[in-house]
Amino acid sequence: MGLLSKKDSKLILDPLADNNPITIQVLGICSALAITAELKAAIVMAISVMAVLAIGNVAISLLRNIIPSKIRIIVQLVVVAALVIIVDLILKAYSYQLSKTLSVFVGLIITNCIIMGRFEAFALANGPWRSFLDGIGNAAGYGLILVIVGFFRELLGSGTLLGFKILGDPIEKTGLYAIGYENNGFMLLSPMALIVVGIIIWVQRSRNKALIEDH
Amino acid sequence: MEHLELFLKSIFIDNMVFATFLGMCSYLAVSKKVSTAVGLGAAVIFVLAITVPLNWLLDQYLLQPGALAWLGEDYADYDLSFLSFIMFIATIATMVQLVEIVVEKFSPSLYNSLGIFLPLIAVNCAILGGSLFMQSREIPTLGLATVYGIGSGIGWFLAILAIAAIREKIRYSNVPAPLRGLGITFIITGLMAIGFMSFGGMLTGDNEKIQDEKQAVLPKEDIKTLPLKDNENSDEKKEEKVLANNIKK
Repeated sequence: MGLLSKKDSKLILDPLADNNPITIQVLGICSALAITAELKAAIVMAISVMAVLAIGNVAISLLRNIIPSKIRIIVQLVVVAALVIIVDLILKAYSYQLSKTLSVFVGLIITNCIIMGRFEAFALANGPWRSFLDGIGNAAGYGLILVIVGFFRELLGSGTLLGFKILGDPIEKTGLYAIGYENNGFMLLSPMALIVVGIIIWVQRSRNKALIEDH
Repeated sequence: MEHLELFLKSIFIDNMVFATFLGMCSYLAVSKKVSTAVGLGAAVIFVLAITVPLNWLLDQYLLQPGALAWLGEDYADYDLSFLSFIMFIATIATMVQLVEIVVEKFSPSLYNSLGIFLPLIAVNCAILGGSLFMQSREIPTLGLATVYGIGSGIGWFLAILAIAAIREKIRYSNVPAPLRGLGITFIITGLMAIGFMSFGGMLTGDNEKIQDEKQAVLPKEDIKTLPLKDNENSDEKKEEKVLANNIKK
């Protein structure tokens, strides 16, 4: 990347794999699981979190020398809550159906541990530009897992991707359904999200032995 | 009766961890030992039991469309519901701080056992989730809101207790190395959640809303694609066939 120095591009690339917020740092799991039955909801959620995290990181980074450390949690919560209200209103205005699907999980971005975690761990100690990159990177790592889980759950669960019928029509028995393929309705149930994430962790740690925990 | 039903429902059927995946971060991070899990679970019950009724009052008398009518005619058509996120989280953060001060003053031993967990709770999604679900499900009375708060707290407590006990035992089993720690915890939680889904049949009231996700499991197409020859049979037989088809799935 010519635009970014090596140190800066590391901020974006690290959270995508070796320091992924979901599989390694164990942050922000709640929303990753509940809304991934459809790929579209997962993508919208990832974009919302990216907007909130990047802007919030910059705001906290600018305020970092003014906030007294005793009340920093309340200040952080207010910044996030304000940003999330904006995201919620935008979603309601432009994509009402989707905001119904996401229901309370848009509001729960406020308590998404990724956001508070990055504020505490990064934005309070770094300048605005680096905080911005860190926000984008971590939200992208989070979004990556969301999209992978959403992809498998929607493809195997309802045979569609973003609503398009990829595997043929289950009612008219075209495509794969003609040779006896059936949708696995189980994938649409929320517990399967946990198991899919578990498998992602398994694959990732088998490829990178350094990440294995002893117990 | 209504209270008991909501109580059982919020513990087992709508379990915070297994049905809606709220509070997963602390659930995964603090479940390595049973003793710490009990401390955090107790703190969650405590805070949920206080904040849900409090936020119910806020919602009812401040935030809902038309909620300001008690101030006078002029205020009757105000709608402040867009402020609910910020109001709820402010209530929760303040209450957590207040509870911490009160507990420290009156019961130092409880404070020492809950100590580190109390501030963590402000950012536990289960707490904000409790209030947001209370709002979106339109719980009608203050009593029911309190019962809902306590019930979801107990449900969360049960979940973290169970996973902590399993994780204490699982260190003696031979788990594949890459799955150790986080990976196996995810998969066990998934299996437990599937187990908890069987509670879904426990209360089948008339106006029970079936969740969209659950509806999608029933293969609707089967009803449409039944062979035409079944038409001459009685309706009963048709139903049997649909059932048999569903079970086969």
